[in-house]
This record gives sequence, C-alpha cells and structure tokens, in this order.
Amino acid sequence: MPGDGESAGGSYLDLRRRLTERDRSLHEKVVTLEEAAALVKDGETVGIGGSTLSRTPMAMIWAVIRAGRKRLTCARGITSSEGDWLLGSGACEHIVTSWFSQGIVWGISRVMRYHVESGGVRFDEWSHMAMGLRFRAGAMGVPFLPMRSMLGSGVLQQRPEAREMDCPFTGDRLLLVPALNPDVAFIHVQRCDPYGNAQMDGLQFLDIDLAMAANRVILTTERIVSNDQIRRAPDQTKIPFFAVEAVVEVPFGCAPHECSGVNEPLFRHMDYYTSLVNKDPVKGMAEYLEHYIYGPKSWAGYLELLGLETLLEAAKGGRRVSNA
Amino acid sequence: MPEERHYTASELLAVMSSRLLEDGQIVFAGVGIPLLAATLAQGLHCRGLTILFEGGVIGPNIEPGKLPPSTNEQRCTIRANMVLPSTDVLLLLQRGYVDVGFMGGAQIDQFGNLNSSFIGDPARPKTRLPGTGGGNDIASLVQMIVAMKHEKRRFVEQVDFVTSPGFLRGGTTRRDSGLPAGGMYRVVTDLGLFGFDEETRRMKILALHPGVTIGQVQENTGFELAVNGEIPVTEPPTERELAVLRNLDPQRLYTS
Repeated sequence: MPGDGESAGGSYLDLRRRLTERDRSLHEKVVTLEEAAALVKDGETVGIGGSTLSRTPMAMIWAVIRAGRKRLTCARGITSSEGDWLLGSGACEHIVTSWFSQGIVWGISRVMRYHVESGGVRFDEWSHMAMGLRFRAGAMGVPFLPMRSMLGSGVLQQRPEAREMDCPFTGDRLLLVPALNPDVAFIHVQRCDPYGNAQMDGLQFLDIDLAMAANRVILTTERIVSNDQIRRAPDQTKIPFFAVEAVVEVPFGCAPHECSGVNEPLFRHMDYYTSLVNKDPVKGMAEYLEHYIYGPKSWAGYLELLGLETLLEAAKGGRRVSNA
Repeated sequence: MPEERHYTASELLAVMSSRLLEDGQIVFAGVGIPLLAATLAQGLHCRGLTILFEGGVIGPNIEPGKLPPSTNEQRCTIRANMVLPSTDVLLLLQRGYVDVGFMGGAQIDQFGNLNSSFIGDPARPKTRLPGTGGGNDIASLVQMIVAMKHEKRRFVEQVDFVTSPGFLRGGTTRRDSGLPAGGMYRVVTDLGLFGFDEETRRMKILALHPGVTIGQVQENTGFELAVNGEIPVTEPPTERELAVLRNLDPQRLYTS
C-alpha cells in the first residue's frame, strides 16, 4: 500500500488541515529537550534531518529514546549510528532510507543487521534521489514526483509503493515515487530565533524539503539568536518560523556526529562505539544505552561522558571549515 | 602478482582508474579509491576536472591528508564552488551534466550489475548490507567506472540483488527497462581493466596489469570473461603518479 506505515495518511485536505490546526503566528516556542520529546507520539513517522554523520539531531533522538517512545517509523536520506540507537532501544521498528550503516570507515552496522535479519525491523530501501524527491513531493503538496532512476533494479522490485508509468507527453518510461509527509521532523541547525526562523550553515542535505513536507518541525539549535539578528540576514534563513512547532537550544547537539562549523565527528568516540556494538549488537548496544543514553541526567551529562578533550578536539576540527 | 612491486593493490587501483578520467569531465565520485583517483587525476592530467559529491557539493578542494571519510561531511565543502541540497546534486545526473559516475563495488556480475543490499534471498537475507545510497541513481543515469578488488566472491555470474544497474540481463534489457542513458563503462581491478561487449553487454578483458595472466584473472572470476584478440598490458604506475597519490593519502588510510 502506498505510504503504508509512513504517515498518518488521509487526503490532501487532511494534509493541509494538519498545518492550519497549529498556531502559525510569530510566537516564542522555546522548550526543553524533555518537553520537545513529549511532543512526539508513539507510532508517528519521524523525518530525521542531516545525513550520515552530519548535522544529525542526536540530542533530540537521545531524548525521544529516554522518553520511551515506541513504534516510530524513521525516514532519513542516509542513516548512521542514530539508526542503531533507534533500533537498539526499541523506539523504532521501521526505517525508510537509502543507506544504513554507521559510516563507510566502520564497515556494516551489526546493530542494523541483527534487527533487520531477525525480522524484527522493517528496512525500506529507496535510492537517495528517491528519498529526496519523496520529501520534495511532500513539500510541494503533490502526491508524487517522476524520476528516471531505480528502474529495472532490485531496489524497485522491493518497493511496490512506487509505480512505473509511460510519460503522457513523450512516452518515456518514468518512476513515480510517492510523497513522504512525516508527522514530525527533527532538524538540528547552527542558529535560530525563539520563533523558529532557522539558519543553516554548510550542507543542507534534504532538510529544507523535509521541513516543509513534515506536519511539524522540532528544531534543535546550537544557539538561539535574536529575531533582529535573523532579520539582518534573511537570505540565510532556510526554514520559516511557521513550519516550526518547538525550539530547543542544545550546544553540541549533534555529538558524536558533526555539525558544520561547530564540530567534526568525535572520531575517537565513534571508534569506541562501533567496536562495542559491532562486537555484540545486543549486549554491546544495551551497555551503551544504559551508560550513555539512560544514565546521564542531561545532555550535558552525555557530553561529559564523551569527554572534554575529545569534544574540544572535534570543535577545533569543526572551526577549520571557515578558516581554510 | 608481479614480484617486487613497489606499490600496493589499492595504489594500483587508484592510479589505473585515474588514467580513465579526462580533462574537463564532471565526475560524481564516491569516497575511498574513487575520490582518491579523481583527485589524483586533477593533480596530473585533469586540471579542469570537476568532482561532485552526493552530500551536495560542486567542485570541492580536497586537501592532501584530509580526505573526507564520507561524501556528506563538512570536509567535503571546504573551498568548494557550491553547496546545494543532496536532491539537487543528484538531479544533475538526471539532467545530464555529469560525464562519469565513479564508485567502489562490493559484488559485481557479468553484466556489470552491482549489489550492496543483500547477500542471499532478500526476503530472508543472510546478510543485510547498507543499501544503495546514491549508487542506484548514479548507475541508472550516467556512464560508470567501478574500482574494486578482484576476488571470486565479488565477481559473480549473477548478483544476489541488483542494487545499482549495469546492463541488467544483457543485450538491450537496460534500455528496455527505461534506462536509455549511461551504463557500465569500465571496471578497474588490481588484476586488469575490463569493459563490456557492445552487443551482449557481457564483461570482457581489455587489459591486464603487469605480470598478470588471463588464467589468473579467470581463476578469480566467477564467470567466463570474454577475450577478444591480443590483450595489452597496462603501463605500471609511474613514480610521479605514486608520489602525487602518496602525498594525497600520507597516512595510507585508503591505499595501505
């Protein structure tokens, strides 16, 4: 079934209604990480911003796992170790993505393998461009977009949700990929104002389409800046306030992944993490969850466990981007 | 293997594939050997070659010793000409701006199809691999170069799963499936250089690396390779090629 398990479904008018139900005025919406996690309901479809090890909304995912959310469907262009966390904790049982492992340098995620091969988790594979166009169709308010890849492949055979058609104008064979409108998007940015006007540095990945496709956006941000500061450079604003439901200030909110201009990935921690969970995807993951996710009192406590030296080293690497 | 080689198999792969690139081309590159080879080509005979990264980067400036570990991180953006959404850089493939797609491969078959999704039956996979990423988009839309280690378990008659399409079942099946553009152009391995027959679309030997025999290649391949006439031998990597390459990857992260 098209869109099966991916969104609340319903008609085009339902999709519009979910936006108009929200307060879209220019109002402050700053909340804590815990309050933001409480806005996510069991069984919802979550679109996750960033890609692979970059600008991953780690703190938000960490908070949602701690809040005990269940049966989430998670969609992201490329999935990395945040996907391990979501599967290992039992928060997510359905992943929609183009690629899932911790990162090329660490080989194949044993956590992903364990959960997918045992049949406990559904892993829907789409090409990266298909993921992008599905979010774009969602952002455009149309039910699908046509594209020219995936045709003839095994990837398409696994995806009955997509449909082939001959173009009514040219006769060309095309693939139609269905819009993906997540219930909620988690997106981490370098800065935004208390209303949710978000500015993003570096690679945007699929985030802007994701933000506009989702029924609501939860923003985490390195820092909250004034609305005046946003208005001084409106050309830098990539997500408008009225798409945003909540704003949380979380410095180093992507750790141990990177945030452009802020920090590079915490490679030492990623090495430790991947060796732990790839050795034993059940016990290793349980150990990580206990110590790093459920253990700390706050996100600052998680960062403390990562270690100040590791964090500062990553931050030094992060600043290099604007100083090359 | 030739005795007393003063380069590694990965260095051989990088050098041999860099020679396939031409000045002025726009190359959509994966990380590892493809990126290394494209950057090497830029340092040698292709000053005007442009690299694209899946994360959304046009024309990055790759710093020696600081190769990005994925195509999706800030290191890819340093001193680039442009960053754009990942969807839009992938759409450049569809629009037709890109000359060559350049990737590594886990498993390839006689028609150049690549598998990076499943080992075994997809319904009950023995191993779930990471999946396509942008691989399917690149292989569907542009001419492809694949660089990979030559091993029997990687060169199979038929892949368990077509993640990134080559010529599908050979002949005109690729075009008939709605993929009129692109296709597998070259496969570079540590044993030789391979192309595809114009009619049957089966893989054929184009050249062997120094000291490698046809028998040795066939022994490491899970299907019959076509051989047409005299097979030339590639020129071994030159000192200059190796020097530029080693400067790019001084820690030998990708070329050990």
